[in-house]
Amino acid sequence: MSLFKTLQEKPWETPEAAGSIAIAQDFDPAKIAVRFIMAVVGVLFFLFIITFLARSQYPDFEALAGQPWQPFSDASRLWINTFILVFASLFIQFGVRKAKEQRQDAVVIGVSLAAFFSVLFLVAQLDLWRGMLAMGFYVNTNPANSYFYALTGIHGLHLLGGLIVLANVVFRVWYDDKFSSISRPLQHCATYWHFMLGIWVVLFALLTSESETINTLAGLCGF
Amino acid sequence: MQHVAIADQVDELHDPTSFITKYIWSQDHKVIAIQYGSTAIFVGLIALALSGLMRLQLGFPDTFDFIDPSSYLQFVTMHGMIMVVYLLTALLLGGFGNYMIPLMCGARDMVFPYLNMLSFWFYFVSVLILLASFFVPGGPTGAGWTLYPPQAILNGTPGYDWGIILMLVSLAVFVIAFTMGGLNYVTTVLQARTSGMTLMRMPLTVWAIFVATILGLLAFPALLVSAIMMLLDKLIGTSFFMPALVSLGENLDYTGGSPVLFQHLFWFFGHPEVYIVALPAFGMVSDVISVHARKNIFGYRMMVWAIVAIGALSFVVWAHHMYVSVMHPAFGFFFATTTLIIAVPTAIKVYNWVLTLWKGNIHLTVPMLFAIGFIFTFTHGGLTGLFLGNVTIDLPLSDTYFVVAHFHMVMGVSPVMVLFAAIYHWYPLMTGRMLDEGLGKLHFWVTFLGTYAIYLPMHYLGFLGVPRRYFAMGTTDFIPASAQDLNASITIAALIVGAAQMIFIYNVIVSLRHGKKAGKNPWRATSLEWQTPDVPPHHGNWGPELPKVYRWAYDYSVPGAKDDFIPQTQPVLEGEQSEEAEAMRK
Ligand code: HEM
Ligand SMILES: [Cu+2]
Repeated sequence: MSLFKTLQEKPWETPEAAGSIAIAQDFDPAKIAVRFIMAVVGVLFFLFIITFLARSQYPDFEALAGQPWQPFSDASRLWINTFILVFASLFIQFGVRKAKEQRQDAVVIGVSLAAFFSVLFLVAQLDLWRGMLAMGFYVNTNPANSYFYALTGIHGLHLLGGLIVLANVVFRVWYDDKFSSISRPLQHCATYWHFMLGIWVVLFALLTSESETINTLAGLCGF
Repeated sequence: MQHVAIADQVDELHDPTSFITKYIWSQDHKVIAIQYGSTAIFVGLIALALSGLMRLQLGFPDTFDFIDPSSYLQFVTMHGMIMVVYLLTALLLGGFGNYMIPLMCGARDMVFPYLNMLSFWFYFVSVLILLASFFVPGGPTGAGWTLYPPQAILNGTPGYDWGIILMLVSLAVFVIAFTMGGLNYVTTVLQARTSGMTLMRMPLTVWAIFVATILGLLAFPALLVSAIMMLLDKLIGTSFFMPALVSLGENLDYTGGSPVLFQHLFWFFGHPEVYIVALPAFGMVSDVISVHARKNIFGYRMMVWAIVAIGALSFVVWAHHMYVSVMHPAFGFFFATTTLIIAVPTAIKVYNWVLTLWKGNIHLTVPMLFAIGFIFTFTHGGLTGLFLGNVTIDLPLSDTYFVVAHFHMVMGVSPVMVLFAAIYHWYPLMTGRMLDEGLGKLHFWVTFLGTYAIYLPMHYLGFLGVPRRYFAMGTTDFIPASAQDLNASITIAALIVGAAQMIFIYNVIVSLRHGKKAGKNPWRATSLEWQTPDVPPHHGNWGPELPKVYRWAYDYSVPGAKDDFIPQTQPVLEGEQSEEAEAMRK
C-alpha cells in the first residue's frame, strides 16, 4: 500500500539540486472533504446503531416490528419512502451523467427532480412521524421509539444539509454563469446522496428488524 | 497533473480591504488562528480563575463564605471542561493548526477559507453558550466534566436544569465547529502542499496536527451522540441512559436505560481527546527542540510512525476510565493491555526527544526551557499513567487525588508547557516582535517549579485516600490532619502559579508594541513558515510565487554546510552530499 511506502521514505537522504518533486495529484479538495464527511457521518450513525443494539438488551425495549400491533410489521410506508429516496439518488446520478456530456437542460431536469424527491422524502418522513404519534408511539414511551425518532431525525437533518450544499452549488454555477464547472461538485453531491441512501437502507433494516434479529445482532456485538 | 495550490487560482485570493473583512469576518487562516487563540486563552483564564477558587476552598476551608458545596462542584466542572475542550483543543488545533498548516505546507491558505471562518464563529457561539450558563437560574452544571448520567440531569446536582442543557448544546455546537475546521486541516494537508513538500518532508508539527485532526473527526461524533441522547433524556423524557429510579421519594418516568452506555460513549470520545491535545503538543515540541538544539530530530521516521500508532491505538483503550464501573475481567485485561501497549510508541517519542538533545548545541531560550520542562512533566504524568492503567492498582486509586495529579501532569500541564513553548517560539512570526526574554524566564521558572509544588504532593494525598471532587474533607478518620497543611501549601503554590500567568499575558500584550523587532527567521529555523517574504506573513503568505521545497525540515548542523541550518527552500549545496550518494561511492 502506498501509505506504507510513503512512511518508509527517508527524507534526510534526498535533498535535490534542481527542480522539485511535483506533488502529483488531482487537485480536488472537495472530493477529499466529501470522503471525510462520509467517514464522520458514518461514525456518527455507527455509534447510534451500536448503542441501539446495546440498549435493545434491556427488558423494557420493544422492537417496532414482529407482532401485528407493532407499526413496522407492515413496512409499506417505509418502502414508499425508500423508493422516493432511491429516485432522488437516481436523478442526481442522471444529472451527473448529463453534466459530463455538457447537456444543460438535462442537468437542470435531473437536479430539480433530485431536489424534489429529496424534499418529498423529508416530508414523507415527517408524515411517518405524524402517523407514529397518532398511533400512540411517542418519543418517550419506549426506547425503540426514541431511537426511531432520533435516527430518522438525524438522517433527515443530514439530507437537509446536503440540500443546502446542493443549492449552494447550483447558485454558484448560476451566478458565475459557468455551467461547464458543475460536473465535479455535482459528482460530490451525488456521492453524498448515495451515501445517505445507503445509511437509510441500514436504518430501515434495523428499524424493521424483529426482536430475534436484533438480539442476534446484539449477541454478535457481545451485548 | 501538476499541482496547483488553491489561492493560485487568483479569484480565490481576494485581499480583504475593510476592517470588518480583515479582522472580524476574516477568511485568512492567520487571522482565524489568532481569533481562535485569543478566544481560547480568554476562556482559559476563566478556567484558571475557577481553579484558584477551588484551591482557596481546599486550602483554607471554612474561610470563604461565597464558595458552598454546589458552587464548588460547578467550579470543578466548568474548570475541567473549559480546560480540556475550549482551551486546549481550540488553541492547539483551531489556533496552531490553523496558523501552521498552510505556512508549513507552503499553501496560501486553507482550502476552504469560508468554512474555516464558519468554524471559528461556531466555536465562538459555543463559548458564549457555555459562559451563558453562569448567568442562568441554577447556574452552570456541577456534574463533573464527565457529565455522567443519571446524576447530571437529576434534581440534587447543581445546574441540573439550565446548566446541563446549555453545556450539552454548547458541546454539540463545538463539535460542529471542530468538524468544519478539521475537514479543512486534513484536506489542506492532503491537497495544498507546495511542490517538493512530500508527506515525509513535513515537519512533525504538521504530521501531529494532521493525525490529531483525524482522531478528532472520528472521536467527536461520540460526544455529539451522547450529548444528543442525554438532551433527549432531559428534555423529552426518553430513557437512553436513565434507569428507572426514585428521586426525592418520587418515582420518575424513566424506564430501564443504561448509564454505563453513556460512559462508553463518553470515553470513546474522551480518551482520543487526550491524544487530540497531546499529539499536536508532541509535534510542536519536536520542532522546538530540534530548532533550539540545532540538531535534526532524532528518528524522524519513528516519530511519524509513533504518531500514527498512538492515534490508532487511542481508539481501543477507552474503558481504562471505567474499571470501577464493573466490567468482565477479560475486558479489564484487554483494556489494561492495550493501555500498556500505547506506552511503547509514547516512550519512543520521549527517548527521541532526549536523544535529540544529546550532544546538541542546546540554546536555553525560553521556548527551549518550556520544551525541556515538558519532557519532565510529561514523563512524570506518563509514568503514573502506567500505574493507573492496571486494573488492580486503579481500583483503590480511582477518584482520588492521585488521579487528579496524574491527569494534570500528563494532559493539563504538559500541553500547556508546549503551548507556552510554541507561543514564545512563533510569536515573532505572528507579530514580528520578540517576547521579552527575562520575563519569559521568570514565567518559566515559576510555572515549572510551581507545577511540581502543586502536583507532586497531590500524589501523596491520593495515596492517603483523599477523594477527588470533594468540597471538604469533613471528618474522615483515615486521613491525617496534616493533609490539611499539604493542601494549604498546594493552594499557595497554585495562587503563585496563577499569578505568574499574568506576567505572560503582560508580556504578550506589551511586546506587541514594544518588543524587540524580530526580523526574518530569528531562530534560524529551516521550516517553511519562516521563509515567507514578509514577517508577519501577508495575506496569501508567499507573495507572487509559491516556495519550492528541496529537502526535509531538519537540516541543522549539516557537516560541510556554511550555516548551521539549511532552509527547506534551499536546493542541494555544493559540497553537500546526500548520504545515498555517499553510500553509492563506497
Ligand atoms: C494552575 C493550574 C491548575 C490548577 C491549580 C488546577 C486545579 C484543579 C483542581 C483543584 C481541580 C478539582 C479537583 C477536585 O476537587 O476533584 C481540578 C480538576 C480538573 N482539572 Fe485542573 N487545574 C489546573 C490546570 C488544569 C489544566 C491546564 C487542565 C487541562 C487539561 C485541567 C483539567 C482539569 C480536569 C479535566 C479536572 C477534572 C474536573 C472534574 O473532576 O470534573 N486543569 N483542577
Ligand atoms: Cu484514557
